[in-house]
Amino acid sequence: MGDILSLLWTHLDVTVAILLFGIGFTTLLLHHNLIKKIIGLNIMETATFLFLTSQGFIAGRAAPVLAEGAAAAGYVNPIPSGLVLTGIVVSVSVTAVMLALTIRLYRRYHTLDIDSMTLMMKGEDE
Amino acid sequence: MQLVQNVPFFSIMLAMISAVVTPVLPRRAAKWLSVGMVSAVVCLHIWFLPFMLSFGGSYNYMMGHFPAPWGNELRAGLLETVIALALSIVMLLSQLSGMNKLQRQIDTPKQGLFYVMCNLIMAGMLTLTYTNDLFTAYVFIEIMALSSCALMMARQVGHTMVASMRYMILSLLGSGLILIAIALTYNLTGHLLMENIHAVIARYAANGAYALPISVIIGLFIAGIAIKCGVFPFHMWLPDAYGYSTSAASAVLSSVVSKAYFFLLVKIFYRVIGIDVVLSDMALNLMLVLGVLSMILGSIGAIRCLDIRRMVAYSSVSQMGYLFAWIGLGSDVGVAAAMFHLVVHALCKSMLFLSVSPLCDASGDSKRFVDLRGAGYRYVIPGIAFSLGAMSMVGIPVLGGFFSKIFFAEAAISGAGWVRITLLAALALSTLLNAFYFMHTVLGLYRKPREGFVRQPFIKSRLTAVTLSVFGAVNLAIGFFAKDIINLITTGIQNLA
Amino acid sequence: MKKKIADILRQRFYGDESPLDEDMIASLGEQPQGLTRSSNEALEALEGVRELRVQRAQEQEHEMYRQIHAWSYSSGVKIIQRLYRILSAVTCFGIVMFLLWTVNTLPPFGDPGNPDNNEVAARYVELGPGETGAVNMVTGMILDYRAFDTFGEATVLFTAACSALFLLKLHDHKDGKPTKTWLEAEYDDRFHEPKNDQILQFAAKLLTPVVLLFGFYVVLNGHITPGGGFSGGAIMGAGLILYLNAYGFKKTERFFTYRTFQWVTFAALLSYAGLKSYSFYTGANHLESGVSLGVPGNILSAGFILPLNICVGLVVMCTMYVFYTLIRKGGV
Repeated sequence: MGDILSLLWTHLDVTVAILLFGIGFTTLLLHHNLIKKIIGLNIMETATFLFLTSQGFIAGRAAPVLAEGAAAAGYVNPIPSGLVLTGIVVSVSVTAVMLALTIRLYRRYHTLDIDSMTLMMKGEDE
Repeated sequence: MQLVQNVPFFSIMLAMISAVVTPVLPRRAAKWLSVGMVSAVVCLHIWFLPFMLSFGGSYNYMMGHFPAPWGNELRAGLLETVIALALSIVMLLSQLSGMNKLQRQIDTPKQGLFYVMCNLIMAGMLTLTYTNDLFTAYVFIEIMALSSCALMMARQVGHTMVASMRYMILSLLGSGLILIAIALTYNLTGHLLMENIHAVIARYAANGAYALPISVIIGLFIAGIAIKCGVFPFHMWLPDAYGYSTSAASAVLSSVVSKAYFFLLVKIFYRVIGIDVVLSDMALNLMLVLGVLSMILGSIGAIRCLDIRRMVAYSSVSQMGYLFAWIGLGSDVGVAAAMFHLVVHALCKSMLFLSVSPLCDASGDSKRFVDLRGAGYRYVIPGIAFSLGAMSMVGIPVLGGFFSKIFFAEAAISGAGWVRITLLAALALSTLLNAFYFMHTVLGLYRKPREGFVRQPFIKSRLTAVTLSVFGAVNLAIGFFAKDIINLITTGIQNLA
Repeated sequence: MKKKIADILRQRFYGDESPLDEDMIASLGEQPQGLTRSSNEALEALEGVRELRVQRAQEQEHEMYRQIHAWSYSSGVKIIQRLYRILSAVTCFGIVMFLLWTVNTLPPFGDPGNPDNNEVAARYVELGPGETGAVNMVTGMILDYRAFDTFGEATVLFTAACSALFLLKLHDHKDGKPTKTWLEAEYDDRFHEPKNDQILQFAAKLLTPVVLLFGFYVVLNGHITPGGGFSGGAIMGAGLILYLNAYGFKKTERFFTYRTFQWVTFAALLSYAGLKSYSFYTGANHLESGVSLGVPGNILSAGFILPLNICVGLVVMCTMYVFYTLIRKGGV
C-alpha cells in the first residue's frame, strides 16, 4: 500500500488529473440537469489540460520566453503549453455552443432536466 | 515537387476559405459557392488519382518550412485519395439532391450558415483523411463535431434539438477520450507526427516497455471513435438526429462524418501505433464486441421502427457495426473488406436518406410505412433509387453491397477459432434481419395505397431526380468495378503502414 | 403511464406554439406604429400582460415539477434509475482505478529525462528565435512551426460562433415590422439593461479604454512576452462586454453590429488563410518565402507572427462578444 501511495506521489500531477477526471465523469453521468452536465464536461476537460500541461514541466526550469544569452537547457518544454492553449479554445467554443443549445431547449420545454425533455419530445407528433 | 502533388493542400484550403467567405455572401451565392467548391475538390481528385496510381507509394507534404518532427504535415497515399474522392462525391450529390427540401425546411436567413457548416465538414473530412499529425486530427475532430451538431439542428424541431444535445455531450466525451489518448501518446513518445510516434512505439514494443499504457491508448482511441460514430451502446442520439433533420444533413452526417472518423481510426492503427502492435493487443477485442453487438441490435432496432427515416438511421448503426467488427477481426483482409464496405455504405446510405425524403413528400409528408404504400408509383425515380440502395444493403448480386458481403465472409473465414464462428454467425443473422426490414419496405413501396389514402399534390424537383439517377448509376458502377476497387484498396493499405 | 404524462406535459407546455398568449398579441396589434427598435414605451405597455404570464408560467412550472416528481417515483422507473446510477458510479470508479493503475507505469513528473523532452522540444528552444523570429517560444511554436493547427483552432471559434448564431440569432425585422419573438427577447433583455447605474458606468468609462489598450498590447507583444492573439483577444472581448453591461445595446450598436462581426471575422480569417497558404505553399515546394524575420525581440519582427496574432486576436474578440450578446438577447 505504501509503495503504491509513494508511486502515486511521484506522479502527483497525473493522479490529481485522473481524480478530477473521475469527478467530472461522475457528474456527467449522474446528473440529469443539463447545466450540471456541462459543468461536469468542463471539469473533465480541465483534468485533461492539467495532465497535458504537467508533461511539459521540468523541475527547476523557466518558462520558454527566451532571454538573451541564457542556455537553451534552462527552459521547460514549450509544446504542451501550445497544445493546452488549443484545447482551452476548443473547450470555450464547445461550452458556448452547449449553453446556446440549453437556452433553446429551455425555451421550448421549460425544463433543464434531460429526461423529462426526452419524455416531452416523445409526446410530440412529428 | 510537381504541381499535382499540391492537390490535398489545395482541397483543404479551398474548403476552409469557402467556409470563411460564405457568411458574408448572399444566400444563393453561398449555395453555389459550396457546390462549386465541392465539385472543384472532386475534379482535383480526379486529376490526382491517376497521378497517385502511377506514383506508387506515398509522400509527405510539409505545411510550412519545417520538416517532419517540427512542423505540421499532410500525407498523401493511394487509400487516402480513394477515400477522399468517394466521400467528396457523396458530399456533392447529397448537397445537390437535398437542396430543394432544405430550402423548404430551414429558415431562409439561416440557409447561408447551413452551407458554412457543409464547407467546414468538407474541410474536416479532407483534413482527417490527409493529416499526418495527431493533434491536427484532434482540432479538426472538434470542428467536425461542432459543425455536424449545427447541421443536425439546422431544422429546429424538438427531436433534433434534444438529439443534438445528446450528441454534443457524447461527442465531447469522445473527443475528451481522444485528447487523453493523444496526451498519453505524447507523454510516452514526445512526438505528434504519426511516423515519429510509430518509430518510438515500435522501439517500445520490441523491448516490451510501456505495454500497459499502449493498451490504454488503443482502448481510448477505440472508445472515442466508437462514441463519435454512434455504434451500439452510444447510439441513443442517432435515430432522432438522422430521422428528423433535413435529408441533406442526414446523408452528410451518416456518410461523410462518421466515415471520416472511422478512417482516422484505421490511420491511427496503421500509422501511429503500428498494426502489429494493435493486432497483438487485447484492446482490439473491444472493437469486435462493439461491432457485433451493434450489427445485431441495430438491425433489431430497425425492425421495431414504424417510420422509414428512423429505420434507415438504425440500419446505419448496424452497418457501422460491420466496419468495427471486421477491423476487430485483426487481419489485413478484414481491414480491406471494411474499407470497401466504407465506400459502398457511404454511397448507399446517403442515397437511401435522400430518396426517402421525396417519397415521404409524395405520401402527404408522412414517414409512416402505412402512408408510404404505393409511393414508388407516385414518384418513380426516388422509388427506384430506394429499392436499389435497399437491395445493395441486403446484398443482392451485382450491387456493391453483395461484394462487400463476399469480402466480409472471405475475411471472416480466414480468421481463427471462435472469432471466425462469431463473425460468420453475426454476418448471417444480420443479413437476414437486413433482408427482412429492407425488403418489407421496398415491397410496401409498390403495394396498393391504404384505404382512404388521399393523394395530395407535391412538388417534384428535377434536380433531385437527376442527382438520384446519378447516385444510382454510381452505386451500380461500384458493383461493376468491385474487383478493381478492392485491388486499389489492398494496395493502398499496404502503402499505409 | 409514460405516454399519458407526456401528453399532459405536452398539452401544458407545448400545446401553444408561440410563447405569447392571445392578450399579448392583441396588445401588439393596438400600437404597431410605436414599435421601433429603441422605443421603450410600447414595450412598457405590455408589462401588465407580461406579469400575468410570468405568474401563470410559474404555476405551470410548479405543476410540471409535481408531475415529473410523481413520475420519477413510480416504481419501475425508480428501479431502472437506481440501477443506472449504481452502474454509472461503478463504471466511473472502475475507470478511475484502472487509470490510476496505469499511472504507475508512466514516466515520472518533472524529470528532464522523460521521453517527451526530446529533440523536438530542444530544437524549438535552441533554434526557435533564429527560425521564427519569436522570443516567446509558445507563440513561435503555435504560429509558425504548427501554424496549421492554429488555423484550425481559430476556425473552431468561428464554427462555434456560427453554430450559436444558428441557434440563437433572432431575425428582428420582417417586412419592416419587428417580429414577435424579437419583441419578446427585447422585453426579456430589459431585466439586464443597465438602469443608469452611476458607479458601474463611471467604472466602465474608466476601465474600458485601459482594458482594450492592455488587450491590444498583449496581442501586439505576443511574440516577445507571454500572451498572444488568444489571450489578448479574450481581454479585448471582456472590455467590450463590460462596456455593454454598463451602457446597454443602444450605445454598442453604434460601433459593433452583426455586420461588423461578419466582416471582421471574414477579413481576419481570410488574411490568416492567405498568409499561411503562402508560407505552406512555398514551404512544401521548397521555394524561398522572402519574409524577413527581423531582429528577435523587436516589435516589428518574427515575419508573419505579428499579423497572424492580430488576426487571431480580432477573431477571438468578436467571437467572445458575440457569444455574450447571443446568449443574453439573441442578437448582436
